[in-house]
Amino acid sequence: MPSISREEVAYLAKLARLAVTDEELDTFAGQLDIIIGAVARVGEVAADDIPPTSHAVPVVNVLRPDVIRPSLDRDEVLALAPAAEGGRFRVPRILDEPE
Amino acid sequence: MTLAAPSYDDVLARYAPVIGLETHVELGTASKMFCGCPTEFGAEPNTQVCPVCLGLPGALPVANAAAIEATIRIGLALHCSIASWCRFARKNYFYPDMPKNFQISQYDEPLCTDGWVDVLLSGDTYRIEIERVHLEEDTGKSLHVGGATGRIHGATHSLVDYNRAGIPLVEIVTKPVTGTGARAPEVARAYVTELRDILRALGVSDVRMEQGSLRCDVNTSLSPLDSPVWGTRTETKNVNSLRSVERAVRSEILRQSTVLDGGGRITQETRHFHENTGQSTPGRSKEEATDYRYFPEPDLVPLAPAEEWIGQLRGTLPELPSARRARLQEAWGMSAPEMAAANAGALDLIEATVAAGAPPEDARKWWLGELSRRANEAGEELAALAVTPTQVAELVRLVASGAINDKLARQALDGVLAGEGDPGAVVEARGLAVVSDSGALTVAVDAAIAAAPEVAEKIRAGKVAAAGALVGAVMKATRGQADAQRVRDLILERLT
Repeated sequence: MPSISREEVAYLAKLARLAVTDEELDTFAGQLDIIIGAVARVGEVAADDIPPTSHAVPVVNVLRPDVIRPSLDRDEVLALAPAAEGGRFRVPRILDEPE
Repeated sequence: MTLAAPSYDDVLARYAPVIGLETHVELGTASKMFCGCPTEFGAEPNTQVCPVCLGLPGALPVANAAAIEATIRIGLALHCSIASWCRFARKNYFYPDMPKNFQISQYDEPLCTDGWVDVLLSGDTYRIEIERVHLEEDTGKSLHVGGATGRIHGATHSLVDYNRAGIPLVEIVTKPVTGTGARAPEVARAYVTELRDILRALGVSDVRMEQGSLRCDVNTSLSPLDSPVWGTRTETKNVNSLRSVERAVRSEILRQSTVLDGGGRITQETRHFHENTGQSTPGRSKEEATDYRYFPEPDLVPLAPAEEWIGQLRGTLPELPSARRARLQEAWGMSAPEMAAANAGALDLIEATVAAGAPPEDARKWWLGELSRRANEAGEELAALAVTPTQVAELVRLVASGAINDKLARQALDGVLAGEGDPGAVVEARGLAVVSDSGALTVAVDAAIAAAPEVAEKIRAGKVAAAGALVGAVMKATRGQADAQRVRDLILERLT
């Protein structure tokens, strides 16, 4: 029984700004289902006294002193961008819909 | 027929407002939150960026120790609990103000929780509960091109400057504030003012609303007085001055009451406040709630501030504005309303003037009276006036000694503000000293008596009160430089 629906895959694709065809939705729903099933097996061995792990190493408080370091050269930075204007990154129209 | 809009008082007689405030504070660290780029305001666009704050592949963030310390100190000053262990989280969204398609923030594990701050409003205390204080990174600044007046709507494209992206940003969120009734707008403003003064005392931010280092979102809802449930709330963004905090709450209360009175429903939405009109317009509707898919930031290890570290930071807390106000009020023997008129900046100046030898009452009168008036006229902060507390203390001394009167003191102040030197030097250079030399005054008094024989006659007949007219004439003749009491004595000496 699939634990992830076609609709959920479509929703995730929308959030990730991915254009996914109907055919791909079926494919991905099946594949994601297998992945989720595999990950879920971890839950079978996790006991109540084992907290969820987000970091693999038991290290905390890695901090840096508040010291300024050189920034990048602006021309070099903007040269990496698809478009620039007046020292700024130029990006396409943000809102689609008219007001 | 259109009905007249109900008055504010009428609305508050029927509805109870609930407010909540989210305040963002840019910390005044030298470098950014997760990289060594400088944070200086006003630099050329995109000159303070590096692989980390631009989100270039492979770049790794490392948290700024000074920003963590500042956030813990803010939490302590607001009586919060400090988390013994917490994590940063990724807030995922697609918007060009962040170059990496997510913002590093904190989600369900904020660094500080459950605090409070008391705000004073003409003698009444309102306790504002703090829900959380968390740390995140600021976003870049966008310039929208091709639309009307730089608005995002109708723009053909946008230009982005990432200098601000990655500057440490603290978010302070209140719990819902109830029971303030008609004073909700004033309470909101007083809270943000108190918060600003606390942050300034801590020295963690320059808290300049006009430069965006202190920004405020205001939540407002209304419910009928007898309703057990709160109304639907709206969030007003873009509130960029203390005055506007008050205006935004007030205008939203009136707007919502008009909708509710008309049988309508409030839409849960984000609204944008407009400084020029004092009104707000709807922004993006929250009907389709944004799904940020928060998850623990894998590139940063957890924070676990030790008790010892927190204790050390507690030891660095300065005297906070409320404690200071209470102490000075007692030391200076002033009433609560007299003290309430002074913000932290004014208290600094008054305190320094007292330290320079002026009696507290005189120091207060100068800074909150004449000098506040001049600062308002010039559209400046009190502290920006070109007069020092030492100079104000000298003015006070000159008046107390009788060398000058209040009117001459204001002229001496003109000279000080114009850069002519200290008050004593200005008095000398402008010849402002009070004329109390009997010879010169006698001539002026005799002239005044001669010019008004009928008044002189009244005084001779015993109507001493009539002397006021002659004193006025002498003061006018000496351009205000005479000692009025001395003039009066001279007149009575000659006529009675």
